[in-house]
Amino acid sequence: MDFRLTEEQQALRAGARELLAGRFGRERLRAAVEAKDLDRGLWAELAGAGMFSMRLAEPEGGAGLGLPEAVLVFEEAGRALLPGPLVATHLAAGLLDEAVVAVVDTTRRPLLAEHLADAQAVLVLDGKRVRRADPAAFDPVPEPCLDPLTPLYRVRGGPHTMESLAVLDTDVRTLRRQGALLTAALQLGIALRTLESAVAHAREREQFGRPIGSFQAVKHLCADMLGRAEVARVAVYAASVTGDAVDTATAKLLADEAAVRNARDCLQVHGGTGFTWEADVHLFLKRAWVHATQYADAAANEETLAAALRR
Amino acid sequence: MDLSRTPAEEAFRAELRRWLAHVLPQLPPAPDPGDWPGRRAYDCAWQRMLHDAGYAGIHWPKEVGGRGAGPAEHLIHLEETEKAGAPYVGANFVGLLHAGPTIAAEGTAEQRRRWLPPILRGEQVWCQGFSEPQAGSDLASLRTRAVREGDTYVVTGSKLWTSHAEVADWCELLVRTDPEAPGHRGITWLAMPMDAPGVTVRPLRTLAGSTEFAQVFLDEVRVPVANRLGAENDGWRVTMVTLSFERGTAFAGEVVACRRTLGEVAAQARSNGAWDDPVVRRRLGRLAAEFSALWSLIAWNVSHAGDGSPGLGGSVFKLRYSHARQELFDAAAEVLGRGSLSAAHRWTHERLSSLSYTIAAGTSQIQRNIVAERLLGLPKGP
Repeated sequence: MDFRLTEEQQALRAGARELLAGRFGRERLRAAVEAKDLDRGLWAELAGAGMFSMRLAEPEGGAGLGLPEAVLVFEEAGRALLPGPLVATHLAAGLLDEAVVAVVDTTRRPLLAEHLADAQAVLVLDGKRVRRADPAAFDPVPEPCLDPLTPLYRVRGGPHTMESLAVLDTDVRTLRRQGALLTAALQLGIALRTLESAVAHAREREQFGRPIGSFQAVKHLCADMLGRAEVARVAVYAASVTGDAVDTATAKLLADEAAVRNARDCLQVHGGTGFTWEADVHLFLKRAWVHATQYADAAANEETLAAALRR
Repeated sequence: MDLSRTPAEEAFRAELRRWLAHVLPQLPPAPDPGDWPGRRAYDCAWQRMLHDAGYAGIHWPKEVGGRGAGPAEHLIHLEETEKAGAPYVGANFVGLLHAGPTIAAEGTAEQRRRWLPPILRGEQVWCQGFSEPQAGSDLASLRTRAVREGDTYVVTGSKLWTSHAEVADWCELLVRTDPEAPGHRGITWLAMPMDAPGVTVRPLRTLAGSTEFAQVFLDEVRVPVANRLGAENDGWRVTMVTLSFERGTAFAGEVVACRRTLGEVAAQARSNGAWDDPVVRRRLGRLAAEFSALWSLIAWNVSHAGDGSPGLGGSVFKLRYSHARQELFDAAAEVLGRGSLSAAHRWTHERLSSLSYTIAAGTSQIQRNIVAERLLGLPKGP
């Protein structure tokens, strides 16, 4: 047992952070808020770097890496607030050939789906199977999303039309579990980035003639943010190693909470500035809210964990 | 990121399980919680059994009598002894988990030979003389004075919240040797024999009704200079070397125990109908996630122990664990309903004693200050 990251894993994470800092810095983030479409150039670059195919075997065009490595890369994507159907496209690697893939989860109501207009194919998840569909088949109607970086669509077409779709040869539970874990990794990145942002502001901003970070009321907010992020980190990493369903519920529950509550505390530390459109804080909070509903929400995760307690 | 066990580690686990299954039925009945001499005898007999079987000081170096094993074996040992229902470290808590590791890290060869083997053999019990009536969270303001007279320190003052003081042989004592130096700079670490003339122990009763700790009065107690660990006025650093690391692992067995208790609370809820309430189920499910993550955090801390940054996980762990433990027994009380009013219920006693967790060994508020200032680099307060 050695829970530390290997040198290769550290290098992978550092490489992902460097790539994203160079290609998706603050200016690009703010430009993406105004742009309506996915940046396909950036998407191709991410694909070229192995963001989606990294877990495929080398003969199939992948890098033969595992979930722990994928989680480290997605943590960086979350930290950079990278937009787009990252998890869905990663899950589709080896199943579909299209470059941009979205997910429709038919077990959830209301039936809403992210990124449909940008996608060339859709993974349709119900309780039993994974199917392939064309985005147009859903007759998507745009629904304004609270997150300006996540285009959202109201989807028509119920289970009766699903029967005609091609069934993919993969286990839906595994796909959902991996989707939940990679989403938790995005949330971990958000939790860490908002912690850093809050701490940086608390050291800089002065009131009453001293940095606000010297006051315990602010300090303790930041300390609790670190606690949430570190607990989420070990839960996400552990689940990436075991691949276990209950460990994944633990990871998603704690990472969702860390992302949402850290983003809120970050906003609070920023005071009035944090409530403005110009500050980035709201983008992190809104994305964290989106991710918290994806694959399994808090209620579902808590019920999964409760059901696993000793009978 | 490797959480698997090697064949050698699994063999260690199997051998330990066999040994526990063999010896635990031979243990005498646990003594009454109020019977301190009985508790000392019981805890020390168990420590002796561990020692004779080669399981004392799993992660302590071989040259001081430990097993010299790695973090994986250390964790397996904590996990298996708890799962088997083996006794806790009890009266040997300070010796095994704080004074001992401090001596191992900072003591001379002679001091290590003198004090460490008797701790591992369960022959000598240590207590901790840190807090004082006027020095709680602000520990560095402690006033107990030690005046040098030749090769002796003459110590006068008073220590508070000293667990196991009634039955301890030694006290790891922090004293002020330089009254002029500010805060932590004038403090020295001494090993004080508890039977020295001038030491008076007055037991204190906790809100749970038991006498778990005491106030210790020191009236011109003579302590040889040879009992000093590290240099004069360097006691603060000497103490902090191990404090943060032990915060990270000292409670590993308790986390295993909490996970078991949580299963029992769920079983109770299933049998009395509380389980039909989704609020109760979700509360227990959330606790399952928290304790699972705390176990992972221990594995993370232990894996990083050799990297020289053990303090991080330690303070974060203590903050989250102390809160989670209180939440566990509050949830247990919700499941029991008015049954939680019975002081005879085991969970009621645990609920009461859990109230100390956010206070002892640095309050949650002090832990947050430590995390914010030392880990996040926020400026010191006004």
